Amino acid sequence: MRAIGIVLAGGNNKKMRELSYKRAIAAMPVSGSYRSIDFTLSNMSNSHIQSVAVFTQYNSRSLNEHLSSSKWWDFGRKQGGLFVFTPTITAENSDWYRGTADALYQNLAFLKQSHEPYVVIAPGDGIYKLDYNKVLEYHIEKKADITVVCKDMPEDVDVTRFGMVKTNDDGRIIDFEEKPMVAESTTISCGIYVIRRRQLIELIERCAAEDRVDFVRDVLVRYKNLKRIYAYKLESYWNNIASVNSYYQTNMDFLKPEVRNYFFKEYPDIYSKVDDLPPAKYNPGAVVKNSLISSGSIINGTVENSILFKKVYVGNNCVIRNSIILNDVYIGDNTVIENCIVESRDTIRANTTYIGTPEDIRIVLEKNERYVL
Amino acid sequence: MVKKEMIAMLLAGGQGSRLGVLTQKVAKPAVSFGGKYRIIDFPLSNCINSGIDTVGVLTQYQPLRLNSHIGIGIPWDLDRNVGGVTILPPYEKSKGSDWYTGTANAIFQNLEYMESYNPDYVLILSGDHIYKMDYEVMLEYHKANNADITIAAMPVPIEDASRFGVVITNETNRILEFEEKPQQPRSNLASMGIYIFSWPVLREALVHLSEEPGCDFGKHVIPYCHGRGDRVFAYEYNGYWKDVGTLGSYWEANMELIDIIPEFNLYEEYWKIYTKSDIIPPQFIARDAVIGRSIIGEGTEVYGEIHNSVIGAGVVIGAGAVVRDSIIMRGCQIGAGAQITKAIIAEDSRIGEGTVVGVGDYAESRYSPKVYQFDLVTIGEHSVIPDHVRIGKNVAISGVTTAEDYPDGALGSGEYIIKAGGVR
Repeated sequence: MRAIGIVLAGGNNKKMRELSYKRAIAAMPVSGSYRSIDFTLSNMSNSHIQSVAVFTQYNSRSLNEHLSSSKWWDFGRKQGGLFVFTPTITAENSDWYRGTADALYQNLAFLKQSHEPYVVIAPGDGIYKLDYNKVLEYHIEKKADITVVCKDMPEDVDVTRFGMVKTNDDGRIIDFEEKPMVAESTTISCGIYVIRRRQLIELIERCAAEDRVDFVRDVLVRYKNLKRIYAYKLESYWNNIASVNSYYQTNMDFLKPEVRNYFFKEYPDIYSKVDDLPPAKYNPGAVVKNSLISSGSIINGTVENSILFKKVYVGNNCVIRNSIILNDVYIGDNTVIENCIVESRDTIRANTTYIGTPEDIRIVLEKNERYVL
Repeated sequence: MVKKEMIAMLLAGGQGSRLGVLTQKVAKPAVSFGGKYRIIDFPLSNCINSGIDTVGVLTQYQPLRLNSHIGIGIPWDLDRNVGGVTILPPYEKSKGSDWYTGTANAIFQNLEYMESYNPDYVLILSGDHIYKMDYEVMLEYHKANNADITIAAMPVPIEDASRFGVVITNETNRILEFEEKPQQPRSNLASMGIYIFSWPVLREALVHLSEEPGCDFGKHVIPYCHGRGDRVFAYEYNGYWKDVGTLGSYWEANMELIDIIPEFNLYEEYWKIYTKSDIIPPQFIARDAVIGRSIIGEGTEVYGEIHNSVIGAGVVIGAGAVVRDSIIMRGCQIGAGAQITKAIIAEDSRIGEGTVVGVGDYAESRYSPKVYQFDLVTIGEHSVIPDHVRIGKNVAISGVTTAEDYPDGALGSGEYIIKAGGVR
């Protein structure tokens, strides 16, 4: 492809509550065997983008660990590759990434030294499949300066945590409002942009000169009447996991056959780091209904309408309902867990109960001592 | 200069004819095992876990699956700048081009490969055993004994010893005598087919015996070295080790994995077994599914019932289907309402709706009674079984079958259908 990729994975988000205590949103485990950033990285790899930069900043340990080898997404190449850029102190700059535009400015060398004419910018928290070549074709056809991938959300979804766009009949964005108090449309920005590389460098340099740091506020909103900014409507599945509720819902979506088939069976595949875990094991006493179970798990109890990530141990007589159990969790015997998200590496004592409600999903953090044979 | 203290040579060229239709299209080391693995994953993982980063894999029989599985060795961390994994097929020479005619002959034909690493020791492995073993400990033992050859051997019940090659040792474990499948075994130490050779000893023996037809380690090389007075020692191994050379032992070894605490435990953090995982998604267990005592691979969808079974990755078990005491390998589709009992179904096969497999009275296989026994139904890879047929015990099926192949909708016990290029 004639583009480089940039994944913005540095942000913090209070809406994730305790789940963001120890990791960046882009490193959130999703749908049993993946992490959020796998979707964007796989899309880039499947779109034949060869050179990808990931900007990390907030709580990047687990994300960096996940990205420690680039071979899983086929980025282990001599031509291009996967680059992880964290903020560094230089002669000119001793700041963190103060915003998305600032992050781009601090890594301007990467943009300048690339040869590809276009740049695809995407966040690390979107769950979707997309061939960016289609967006690029649209971008060229519309002679756009910037193309923003947009999605029409259903009426019942609260869209005020997104950027709202209004377009004219041609698809040109005529209004762009970030996280509005009152939503005036149901079309939101997915935070995925296609832009000509030289155009981006120019805009970012101008931002920096004016001490502006945010790509949405200081580029998209500010330039909406000056530049041709177009909306590319995404018709297929898209969700963003940056709040506890949407994280829970997105995971539960994978219990639907159409979502599962779309991501797991249809071309192209989503790739992830391989963990070398044995197959899941069901011992006598296991009762599993309508659930996703990942490798390395051992189940002795009841699991219903739930998603078990990798290496989860469920003790005897446990009942787990409508819950998400993240990686490497040990659940002692006779425990009841309903409507919860259990944080990874938790150790849940025997005979305990954790109950949330569908409206208020409970996040369970339990760092007890674990005795393993 | 390139220098490796010990390199491994992994013999993976055999067909494994006693696995019947399972090895019709793949070499035995490439046969699936334990839901997501292939047999060769065990020796390869042992190598890297033992710190051996140079492995030559000798292939000959049906190598495609092995080649694509091993690739450049990424899953085992054997993608190295120097060393790593190398596939060594037989090749044409300016004179005397030859297939690999025996285990030692195969190694002899790759003298140059071994020489290029300047090894002190060469480890000879076969690709058809399930076990975890630290070859580094064995090497230390070899060095401590100042041995020329060390042979891994394990104690077996004395009544079984007559099925193996046994070694008779003195009190220092130096081997005094060999007996191949003795009627009256004088020892219960069975050779496991794992050898460490000091390189000059191996090199000299291979060159000396190069004209020997079908040159074999057990039959020729070891007796030759022993005969000239080399120091040959037995390294006693007491862990889990399983030869999966017959359908019965292959089935048994798989079934042992589903014990509550399996003797061969894949869930231990220490000594991981690595494999190429190209199916990543989690498995989906539907609302009406019932699962008891089984292991299930990634991406499998279960709508029916599974009991006491080993299910591979990417399998679909249809609604109302019941699978018992069976091994179902990756990519198989079991139709709705099918009943599968004590069957081994190889990769990417399709079983029709309502088909019943493994029922009826015992009958000896008419195809090959030595291979197909233990009441097992064995179905080769990419086979198709039509809807609503009944299949008996000790049956072998390979290829795309249609309703016409089943007179009265049934195939009795001991029968077989082998289509296109079948083997015994």
